Amino acid sequence: MAAAASIFASVPRAPPVAVFKLTADFREDADSRKVNLGVGAYRTDEGQPWVLPVVRKVEQLIAGDGKLNHEYLPILGLPEFRANASRIALGDDSPAIKENRVGSVQSLGGTGALRIGAEFLRRWYNGTNNTATPVYVSSPTWENHNSVFLDAGFKDIRTYHYWDAAKRGLDLQGLLDDMEKAPEFSIFILHACAHNPTGTDPTPDQWKQIAAVMKRRFLFPFFDSAYQGFASGSLDKDAWAVRYFVSEGFELFCAQSFSKNFGLYNERVGNLTVVGKDADNVQRVLSQMEKIVRTTWSNPPSQGARIVATTLTSPQLFAEWKDNVKTMADRVLLMRSELRSRLESLGTPGTWNHITDQIGMFSFTGLNPKQVEYMIKEKHIYLMASGRINMCGLTTKNLDYVAKSIHEAVTKIQ
Amino acid sequence: MALLQSCRFLAAPRLAAAARASSWWSHVEMGPPDPILGVTEAYKRDTNSKKMNLGVGAYRDDNGKPYVLSCVRKAEAMIASKKMDKEYLPIGGLADFTRASAELALGENSEAFKSGRYVTVQGISGTGSLRIGANFLQRFFKSSRDVYLPKPSWGNHTPIFRDAGLQLQAYRYYDPKTCSLDFAGAMDDISKIPEKSIILLHACAHNPTGVDPRQEQWKEMAAMVKKRNLLVYFDMAYQGFASGDINRDAWAVRHFIEQGINIVLSQSYAKNMGLYGERAGAFTVICSDAEEAKRVESQLKILIRPMYSNPPLNGARIASIILNTPELRKEWLVEVKGMADRIIGMRTQLVSNLKKEGSSHNWQHITDQIGMFCFTGLKPEQVERLIKEFSIYMTKDGRISMAGVTSGNVGYLAHAIHQVTK
Repeated sequence: MAAAASIFASVPRAPPVAVFKLTADFREDADSRKVNLGVGAYRTDEGQPWVLPVVRKVEQLIAGDGKLNHEYLPILGLPEFRANASRIALGDDSPAIKENRVGSVQSLGGTGALRIGAEFLRRWYNGTNNTATPVYVSSPTWENHNSVFLDAGFKDIRTYHYWDAAKRGLDLQGLLDDMEKAPEFSIFILHACAHNPTGTDPTPDQWKQIAAVMKRRFLFPFFDSAYQGFASGSLDKDAWAVRYFVSEGFELFCAQSFSKNFGLYNERVGNLTVVGKDADNVQRVLSQMEKIVRTTWSNPPSQGARIVATTLTSPQLFAEWKDNVKTMADRVLLMRSELRSRLESLGTPGTWNHITDQIGMFSFTGLNPKQVEYMIKEKHIYLMASGRINMCGLTTKNLDYVAKSIHEAVTKIQ
Repeated sequence: MALLQSCRFLAAPRLAAAARASSWWSHVEMGPPDPILGVTEAYKRDTNSKKMNLGVGAYRDDNGKPYVLSCVRKAEAMIASKKMDKEYLPIGGLADFTRASAELALGENSEAFKSGRYVTVQGISGTGSLRIGANFLQRFFKSSRDVYLPKPSWGNHTPIFRDAGLQLQAYRYYDPKTCSLDFAGAMDDISKIPEKSIILLHACAHNPTGVDPRQEQWKEMAAMVKKRNLLVYFDMAYQGFASGDINRDAWAVRHFIEQGINIVLSQSYAKNMGLYGERAGAFTVICSDAEEAKRVESQLKILIRPMYSNPPLNGARIASIILNTPELRKEWLVEVKGMADRIIGMRTQLVSNLKKEGSSHNWQHITDQIGMFCFTGLKPEQVERLIKEFSIYMTKDGRISMAGVTSGNVGYLAHAIHQVTK
C-alpha cells in the first residue's frame, strides 16, 4: 500500500514558543543551582505553584454541591461570572454599569478575550471587514499580541514607542508622538497595569495625557488587563487607567484574565468587557460577538468561571480573595526590594532603581542578549533574551545567587 | 446608506467628530436569533403541563433530567483528593488525555496509533477541535479551499469553516422521501468532487438526520474518496453514544485509515461523557510518519496560541482519568451504553406507540436512525401544529432530540404525531 506523497510533506517545522522552550530547557538542566525566571506564573518562596486558599475552599463548595451538573453554559458564558468580572474591572460605582452600557463575554483566558475582541473589531470596526485598520502594540509587548491580531485578520500591526532602554523607563514623548501620527481610528493595545514585559506603567498624570491624545485623534482603546490586583495589591488602584478612560467617555474593550490574580491558569478564565455609548449599541455588539464565539469554541468552560463567580458574589470569600492577592503582590514587592538592595550593595555597575520602580510580575533588567546567554549557560539562570525576569522566580534562598550572577554578567560581558 | 457609512469613516475631522459623538457601533447589525434557542425560549414560556422540549441537544434521563455519569463523579472525587496545582497546560493540551483520545478513536491495535504517525491536540470540545482543524487546513492545505458537507449537516459546520476562510459545498446525503440515506446520490456527487478537495463525514449518529451509512456503504465511500484523492475530515461527536459500542461507532474512522486514507478527525466528549460545559475535545491528524506528525504538531500550536493560548484542564482531566483507569473505563462503557440503550428504547417505543395509535404511515426510519437526533419527516405545517396544539417543541425541519423523550411522555408524543399526520 504505497502512500502517495503526503499533503503535509511541505509543512515546515515551526519554531517553539520561546517562553515555553525556556521552561523546557530549564527542566532538562541538571544543575542544582538552576533558577527559572522565565514563564509568568506565580511561585511561593519555596518556588512552588500556589493554589489560592480561597480557590481550594470554593472548589470544595462546588464539589459538594449536588445540584450542579456539567450542562452547557450560554454562548456568552456564566451570567454571574460575566457581570461580576466586569464589575471588578470597572468598579462598583461605575457610571457605565449604572447606565447599563456594559457588556461581557466570558472567554478562554485573557488570550481568548483578546481574540474575540480582535475578531469583532476586524469585522465591525471602522467600516466592515476593514483589515487595513492599523493596530498598534507597545514596543516591546507580550509577543502573542501580534499573533492574535494577525490571525484575526488585521494586516497592519505597528508598534508605538514605549520602553526607553537608555533611561530604563517609559518613553512618554515617543508614545504620544506615535499617537499623534497614527491614522485616526487606529486601534491601540494598552496594558492596564503591570506592563508585560517591562513592568513599567504610565503614572496617572501620564495616562491623562495619553487619554487626551486618544480622544482627540479618535483612537480606539483596547485594554489588556492580566494583572489586576496582582500589580499593586489593590484591585482599584490597578484598574485606575481603565476607569479613567471610561469616565472620559470612551467606548473601549478590556480583555481581562483571571489566570494570575486567581491563580486559575489552566482553567482558562477570562472576560471581555465592552463599554459602549448606550445599551442598544452594546446589545448589538454582543449579538455579533456571540456569532464569533459560536464558531471558535461554542460556549466557554464552566469550572473556572464558577470558582470566580462564587468568590466575587460572597462578601466573605471576596475579602479572602483580596487578601490572597495581596499576599502574592507583597511577596513580589519584597523580592524587588531585596534584589535591588543586593545589586546596589555589590556595587553592580549601572542604576538599579528600575527594579523597584517597575511593577507586577516582570522586570526588564536591562541585561543584553549576551549577558542573558551568560546567565543561562554559565549560571543556569533562565530568563528571556529580552532581559525580562519573572520576579516570582526569586526566593529568599536564591536571591543571593541571582544577584551575584547578574553582577558577574554585567561586569564580565559587555 | 452605504455611502453615508463609508463617509463616516473617512478622515474628515468634522465627519469623524460626528461619528465619534455617536457610537463606533451604530452600524453593527443585530445578529439573527438562534433558531434552536428560539425553540427553547418558546418552550419555557409555555404553561402547558404536558409540554415537551425536543430541541435540546443534551442527554436527559428517563425523568427528563440532566445526567452526570457516575464515572465522572468518581473521577472528580479522585481529582479533588489529589489537590493538584493549576499550572498552564502545554499548548497541545494534557498528554495523557490526547494519547488516550487517539487510542479511543483509532483503536489500541491501530498501526497508525502504534507507529506514532499521528498528532492529537486537545481542543475546546467538538467546536474548538473542528475550528483548529479548519484553520490548519486553510493555512496548509493549499490544493483546495472547498469543504464538502453532507446535505444537511450540523448548522454550525458552515460558519466554522467559513470563518476559517474556507468555502462550503455540499454532496447529497439525506433523502427526504425515504427519511434515509440517498446512497446513490451521495456516491454520484462524491464521484464528481474535484480531486484534493476536503470532504467532511459524520463518523456516526449523523446530526441532524440520525442517518448513518451501513458498513458496506462506508466501504464503497472509502474506495470512492480514495479514488478522488480527497482529504477526509471526520467529525466524531458521538462515539459510544450512537450504538452503545465505542468500537462499532468508530468503525468508519478506523476503516478509512486502514485503507490508507490519512484522515483528520475531531472528537467531542460532550455527549458520550456528559462533559458538555467542560469543553473536552481533541483534533487529530493522521500523518505519513512520526516526523511529519511533529511538524504538523508544531504548526497546530502556532494556531492555538493566538486563539486561547492553551486549553482548559478540568474536562480533559476527567476524561483522561476515566479513559486511563481500568475500572472507571469499564464503568464508563456501561454508562454510555446505558444512554444509547435508553435512546434506542425510546425510538422503539415511539414507533410501537404510533402503531397503537393506528397510524398507517411507515415509521421505520425512527428506529433505523441512530444517535440523539431523529428526522421525523414531519412537514413545517405539521411541526407548527405540534407546537401550537400540543406544546411539543422542535425545529421546523422536523428534527427531534430523542433525549427529550421519556417513558412518561412517549405516549403523548405518539398521540400528537398521529393527530397531525393522519
